[in-house]
Amino acid sequence: MKMPPFAFVKAHDLPTLFRLWEQAGEDARLLAGGQTLLATLAFRLSEPSVLIDITGIAALQSIVEQPDSIRVGALTTHAALGADLLLRQHVPLLTQAVPQIAHAAIRNRGTIGGSLAYADPAAELPACCVALDATIIAASKQGERRIRASDFFTGLLTTALRENELIMAVEFPKQAPNQRSALLEIARRSGDYAIAGLAMRLTVNADHHPDEARLVFFGVGDGPVRAKATEAALTGQAITAASIAAAQIALSDDLDPLADLHGSGAMKLQLCRTLLSRIVMQVMTLEKVIA
Amino acid sequence: MSIIVTSFQSYADISLSVNGELVSRRVEARQHLIDFLRLDLGLTGSHAGCEHGVCGACTVRVNGSIVRGCLVLAAQLDGASVETIEGLTDAGSIRDLQEAFVQHNAAQCGFCTPGMLMVTADLCDQNPQANRADIREHISGNYCRCTGYQAIVDAVETVLDQRRSKVVPCKATS
Repeated sequence: MKMPPFAFVKAHDLPTLFRLWEQAGEDARLLAGGQTLLATLAFRLSEPSVLIDITGIAALQSIVEQPDSIRVGALTTHAALGADLLLRQHVPLLTQAVPQIAHAAIRNRGTIGGSLAYADPAAELPACCVALDATIIAASKQGERRIRASDFFTGLLTTALRENELIMAVEFPKQAPNQRSALLEIARRSGDYAIAGLAMRLTVNADHHPDEARLVFFGVGDGPVRAKATEAALTGQAITAASIAAAQIALSDDLDPLADLHGSGAMKLQLCRTLLSRIVMQVMTLEKVIA
Repeated sequence: MSIIVTSFQSYADISLSVNGELVSRRVEARQHLIDFLRLDLGLTGSHAGCEHGVCGACTVRVNGSIVRGCLVLAAQLDGASVETIEGLTDAGSIRDLQEAFVQHNAAQCGFCTPGMLMVTADLCDQNPQANRADIREHISGNYCRCTGYQAIVDAVETVLDQRRSKVVPCKATS
C-alpha cells in the first residue's frame, strides 16, 4: 500500500530538532533508518502528521573509544556496526549479532538507535544491550540522561524514553579478557525475526568456571528477558553436561513464552533450552574445558 | 529571543544524482524512492513488489550501498547518489552477471531479476571469495516466486569463478 500523507522536515542539529519536534506536536515521528517505520506506514498502522528526518544530525553519528567503553552513535547503521574494528576488538558480541539482523540491504539503512527505540521483542540489539549491561544515553531539550539497558525496555514496544526525548548513543563496556559472549537464534529463514534467540555474556574465573552469567532471551516475551534462575544454575561451578541440564530445567522458572504464529509456548521453551545448551557448548568448547 | 515558527510541508524539493545525471524535482513527502524512479523519472527497471520491505524487488544503490527502495523516501535523498539497474546496465559493469543469468535461465517471469542483479552484483564486489552458501545468504532477502533460486545461485557462482580466474598477479613490465 501507499503511505498515508504526512509532512516532512529535516533537522540538522539537536536544538533545531527539539524546536521542530515541539512545534510539530505529539503526532510527529522521528525518521532515522526508516526500516521499520516506513514499512508500518505502508501498512497504515499509524498516520503521523510530520516525519522529522534526523539522519543529518552529526551529534548522533560516529563510534568513539572511551577508557572503559565504546560509545556508539544512535545513527550507526547495522552494517557500520558489523564492520567496525573497535567493536570487533572490544564488543565482539555486536559483530557476531549483526549478520543475523535482517538482510544486507536493510542493514545498510537500519540504525541501532531505531532498533532500540522501537524495542521489538524479537530483535537482536535490545537483547545484546541487556546482556552487555550497556547504557543508553538519551537527550531532550532538558539535557542528557543515562539509562541502564535493563531499565530501558519497559514492555512490548515500549521504552523508558520520555516525550520528545531520543536516543543519542549507546555505551558498551569493553569486554574484559575473562569474558566470553555469543548470540544464537533460530529463525525459519535467514534474516527473519527470530522464533527464539539468546544473547549471553559469561565471566569466567582462572579455573574457567563462570563467575557471572548474563543470559538474555529474545522472541519469547514482551522484550528482552533475562533468565536469572538459569544464570544462577550455571555459575559458581564447572560447566558439565549435568550443570547444563540443570540450567535447562531452571529455564522454566524464567521463561513463560506465549504461543505465536511460530508455535506453542512449550515449543518455544524447548527451543530456548536447545539454544542454551548450544551457546554454552560453543563458548566452553572454545575455552577447551568442556567436561 | 524570537520564536521561529516552521510550517511543515507535505512536499520536498530535492536535487540528486540518478545514474550519474543530476535531477531536481519537487516530490510528495510520502513518495518512496521506487515510485519516484518509476513514475517521475520513467526508470521502470526497479520493481515495486510488496512495498513494505520484504521482497527485495526494489533493490537499488544509494550512495554506493544497496537499499530497499520502498523503505526510503525520495524526500530524504537531497544530495544523494542513486544507481539503478538501468545505470549499471548502461555502464556495462554487470554485463558478465547479466549474461550468466541468461545462460543459466536464471530469470523466469523476470519480476525479481533487477533486484537479484543488484544484490548479487553487490556480493561479487564485496566478497569475491563467496561460496554457494554465501550466495544464498546474500539473496535471502530477495523473493523469486518462480522459485528459480538454484539457477540464480548457479549464475552467480559462474561469475565469481570467471572473475577470480581473470585476476592476474602483477608482473614486471617487459
